[in-house]
Amino acid sequence: MIEARKFKPSNIIVHVLLIILVLINLFPLYWMITFSLKTNDEILGYSYKNEAGERILVPPNHVGLPNHWEWSNYEEAMNTGNMGQYFVNSLAISVSVILITVIASFMATYALTRLVWKGRKVMNKFFMLGLTIPIHAAIVPVFTILSKLKLLNTYAALIFPYAAFALSMGILISVGFMGDIPYDLDEAAFLDGCGVWKIFIRVIAPLMMPAVATVGIYTFLQCWNELLFATIFVSSGKYRTLPVGVQQLFGQYTTRWGPIGAALTIATLPTIIVYIFLSKRIQDSFIAGAVKG
Amino acid sequence: MKRTFTYKLNIVLFLLPALILFVGILIAPIIMSAYYSFHEFNLVANTDMEYKGLENYRILFSSMLTNPNTGKLYANSMYLGDALGHSLVLAALSTFIQLPLALIIALKLSKGIRGERAYLSIFFMPVLISTVIIGRLWMNIYDPGQAGLLNAGLRALGIDKWLFPAITNSIKSSKLPFTGQWTGFRETALIAAFIPILWQYVGYHMLLMYAGIKGVPADLLEAAQLDGCTEGQVNRFIIIPYIKPILKVCVIFAVTGSLKSFDLIYALMKDTSRAELPSTLMYKLLFLHQRYGLGSAIAVVLIVLCFLFAVLISFAFRDKGAKVA
Repeated sequence: MIEARKFKPSNIIVHVLLIILVLINLFPLYWMITFSLKTNDEILGYSYKNEAGERILVPPNHVGLPNHWEWSNYEEAMNTGNMGQYFVNSLAISVSVILITVIASFMATYALTRLVWKGRKVMNKFFMLGLTIPIHAAIVPVFTILSKLKLLNTYAALIFPYAAFALSMGILISVGFMGDIPYDLDEAAFLDGCGVWKIFIRVIAPLMMPAVATVGIYTFLQCWNELLFATIFVSSGKYRTLPVGVQQLFGQYTTRWGPIGAALTIATLPTIIVYIFLSKRIQDSFIAGAVKG
Repeated sequence: MKRTFTYKLNIVLFLLPALILFVGILIAPIIMSAYYSFHEFNLVANTDMEYKGLENYRILFSSMLTNPNTGKLYANSMYLGDALGHSLVLAALSTFIQLPLALIIALKLSKGIRGERAYLSIFFMPVLISTVIIGRLWMNIYDPGQAGLLNAGLRALGIDKWLFPAITNSIKSSKLPFTGQWTGFRETALIAAFIPILWQYVGYHMLLMYAGIKGVPADLLEAAQLDGCTEGQVNRFIIIPYIKPILKVCVIFAVTGSLKSFDLIYALMKDTSRAELPSTLMYKLLFLHQRYGLGSAIAVVLIVLCFLFAVLISFAFRDKGAKVA
C-alpha cells in the first residue's frame, strides 16, 4: 500500500524540491574543489592591457570549472602548508583513541552487564553523565594537569582527553551490542572451565566486532574534527592536527585562495570517500548513538 | 555459586581503564573547574589562588567585563549576558527552523520516494565534515571582496541594489554602510552563523527522524489508512507521537549544541565578538586575557545550563497520560 505511492504524479514536485536541496547541499563542496584548482587571478578577476593599449577587465570566474587547472595549489598546501604532516598526526591520534576507547569501553561494559555486583546500575548512570558534559568544561584543569605531567605538545595530550570524552558513547553503544549476545555462551564457556578473562577475550570480544565499527566510526569523527583541545594542548607544528592546521593556514595565506581551497579539500575528501563506501554503516552508527541515548 | 562472576578484584580490573580515564580527565577536572571558578589566578604568571567566593559569577552576570590591570573595559564589550542571548537565539533558530525542516523532509522521504536512501545519504554528508572546514568554507562564501560567492550571486541577480541599503538602514550598531560584510555587523553575524549550522546539521536530524519513522509498525499505518486517514492525519496522529523520543533527542541536541558551539564561530569570523558565544568568550578570557577564574566560571555556567536544558526538554516531552498511538 505504501509502495503504491511511488508513482503518483505529485511526487514529481517532491523530487524537484529534493533535487534543489541536493544542489544546495553539494554546491559549496563543488565550489571548494573548483576554487582549489584556480589561480588567484581567476578567483578574484584581473585586468590587462591589450595591444591597442586598452585596459581589459576579466571578471572573476565564480562558479565555472577552472580555465587552467592549477595543481600547484595542492603542492603548496602539502609543502608550505604542511598538510601532509597534519594529516598523519590526525590519523595517528584518531587510531590510538579508537583503540583505547574500544578496549576501555568493552571492558567496562563487560563489568557492567556480565559480572554480578551491587551498584552496577549506578555505575552505568555515572558513566552516562559524560554524554551531556561539554568538552570545554574541563579545559583549564586538563591543561594544568597536562602541563604538570609535561605532556603538553605530545600526541598523548590529545589522545587521552579524546578517549575520555568518547568513553560514555562507547559504553552506551557497547551495552546495546553486548546485551544481544546470549548469556548461554558465557555459561557454556564457564562450564568448559573458562574464567571471566578467558570468556571476555575468547567469547565476547570476537562477537563484539560490529560494535567496534560503530564505536570506531563515532569516535573517529569526534577526534578527526575536534578543534578546541587541539588548539590549546598542542602548539608545536610537529603534533598539530588537521583542523588546527587549516585554521593556521588561513593566517598565512589571507589573500591566496588557491592553497586555502586545496587545504580544505585535502582535509575533507578522505572522510567523504570513506563515506561513499560505508554510508549505511556510518549512518547506523549515528542512529545507534542517538537513539539509545 | 559462580564465584568468578562476582569476584571483586575482577570487577575492579575490568572497570579500571574506563574509570581512570573518566574520573581523571572528566569528573575530577569538572570539580576542579568549579573550585577554580571561586578563585582568580594566572597560570602563565603562576600567581597564587586568590579566593573570590561568588564574585566571578556576579561580575559575569552583572556587567561588561573590565581589565583589572587598567580598570578599563575590554575591547568589543565582553558580556556573558550577550553571549548567552546569542546562543539562545541560535538554539531557537535550530529548534524552530532546522528541526521542522528536517521533519518535513524525513516524513516525505520515509514514505517510499524513489531514491530515498540516496537523498538521505547526500543530506547527511555535511555532518561528517569538520566544523572548522565548514566555517572556513563559509567564510569564503561570505567574503565581502570580489571572490565571495554569496555577494557575487546577489550582484548577478541584482538583489544587492535594494537589499544592501535596506540592511544598512536597519543596522543600529554601526554607521558604516553595509556592502556585503555578512560577518562584520552584529545584526547579520548571527544569521550568517546559523546558515552553515543549518546546512551542516539538517541532515543529522533528518537521519534520526527517518530512522524513527521507519520503526513505526506497518500494521499501525495500514490500520490508519484503512480507516481513511489522510497523509497529514497519519503524520500528525500516528507518526509524530510515535517518534516523540527521537524528537526529544533532536531538540536536546539542537539546544545543547547551540550552547556548546565554538568551532563554527571561531572558524567563521576573524573577530568573534560580533556573534560572541559563551564558549568563545571563555576562550578569550582564558587564553587572551589570562582570567582563569572567570573562564572557569563560564565553564560551570555552561555545564549547569546543558544539564538544565536537557532536564527541561525531557520534562516537556514526558508522556502526558494516555498515548495517542
